[in-house]
Amino acid sequence: MSADLSKTAVGPVEGVSLYDVDNPAPLIDPPRKRTKRSPKSARGNFELAAWLFMRLSGVVLVVLVIGHLLIQLVLDGGVSKIGFAFVAGRWASPFWQVWDLLMLWLAMLHGANGLRTVINDYAERPSTRLWLKGLLYTATVFTILLGTLVIFTFDPNIR
Amino acid sequence: MATPTMEKTAAKTDVSPYITVTFRVRRFNPELSDEAQWQDFQIEIDPKERVLDGLHKIKWDVDGSLTFRRSCAHGICGSDAMRINGKNRLACKTLIKDINPEKPITVEPIKGMTVLKDLVVDMEPFFQAYRDVMPFLITSGNEPTRERLQSAEDRERFDDTTKCILCAACTSSCPVFWNDGQYFGPAAIVNAHRFIFDSRDEAAEQRLEILNDKDGVWRCRTTFNCTDACPRGIEVTKAIAEVKRALITRRY
Ligand code: HEM
Ligand code: FES
Repeated sequence: MSADLSKTAVGPVEGVSLYDVDNPAPLIDPPRKRTKRSPKSARGNFELAAWLFMRLSGVVLVVLVIGHLLIQLVLDGGVSKIGFAFVAGRWASPFWQVWDLLMLWLAMLHGANGLRTVINDYAERPSTRLWLKGLLYTATVFTILLGTLVIFTFDPNIR
Repeated sequence: MATPTMEKTAAKTDVSPYITVTFRVRRFNPELSDEAQWQDFQIEIDPKERVLDGLHKIKWDVDGSLTFRRSCAHGICGSDAMRINGKNRLACKTLIKDINPEKPITVEPIKGMTVLKDLVVDMEPFFQAYRDVMPFLITSGNEPTRERLQSAEDRERFDDTTKCILCAACTSSCPVFWNDGQYFGPAAIVNAHRFIFDSRDEAAEQRLEILNDKDGVWRCRTTFNCTDACPRGIEVTKAIAEVKRALITRRY
């Protein structure tokens, strides 16, 4: 009726088992289990604000990103028209400057916070989490600052 | 035309209702090995019986060392939540005929908790999260001389979340909980919801503050695994969303 016992951990195994009643094997723990004492709650609304920001920025990004893709890749000859002159022409108008600035900040913060959640979910060791987040925040700050600098100091007559 | 009753009696004597079903059980015994392994059991069983009956048959007739929890056997005590064919269910509420007995039926312990033996897991972290949301009525002022009255509408507000039997099927189906047990998990949030939206309770603010934590409701990713897993049909994900909304409307 039952299965082949010689192949399982349940029946008699070949050789001598390392473990017995007085010397049991370690239990099978999940990756990160709850600590014995509940941590004190952090007080503050950071996670709430982050959650809300993801949804609000997402809604705005739908408009900004789809508009951006249309202008850059579809309308008026598609990608082939993109060049220094095209970018210079668009950034001559404050409207497109604000559009791109907003898109830069929202997409970067949205993407960074999304990756922060992914790291919190999947990186198991505290040191791995720390390093990955350090890398993420550095890259985010660098990209946002550099992008902002370029949008504000762009010079169409550069040689 | 024969009467239906006669047909039934004839069927009973002629063909056996029993079929052969393979139970593929995830077994772990720390006194024998540090690894869990699959073991197949072939048993004769009526497909109208439940997975729990199959496990009983194995334990009573084949291998007495098979270890699992069950108490009421009728879907009320919540002790026999397990992962059956990859989905969290109560063994006592899952009919064999409903989960394709042609193929081996896999039975594993629920995920995200320490396995103690075979299908038995350490539920303590789960109940710790439950206790942390203060799942009891908190009031101030003088006690009324009679029962605390509540309108039918006020009772209806949290009716769904009163049905929880703390079987942990939802919490152990949540991918966030699998990876980080520090997350309160759907069951704790459901039981907080039970009191947060109770008009007689006065500690909603405290419970909301606890769930506003970094390991609280904001870790929920709306995967709906918990709603699918709940053997009581509680709309778990909706309850979590209502707690989120309560936090947002109270803070802003
Ligand atoms: C186009 C409109 C967009 C919408 C409507 C949107 C919406 C969302 C929402 C609501 C979440 C939260 C999911 C959750 O908490 O479960 C999210 C997560 C995320 N978003 Fe966006 N987003 C958009 C664009 C972007 C862009 C442009 C980026 C990259 C820069 C991005 C990167 C991410 C990442 C990395 C996550 C985390 C992934 C996860 O939670 O599994 N999104 N998005
Ligand atoms: S044995 Fe009580 S819920 Fe299944």
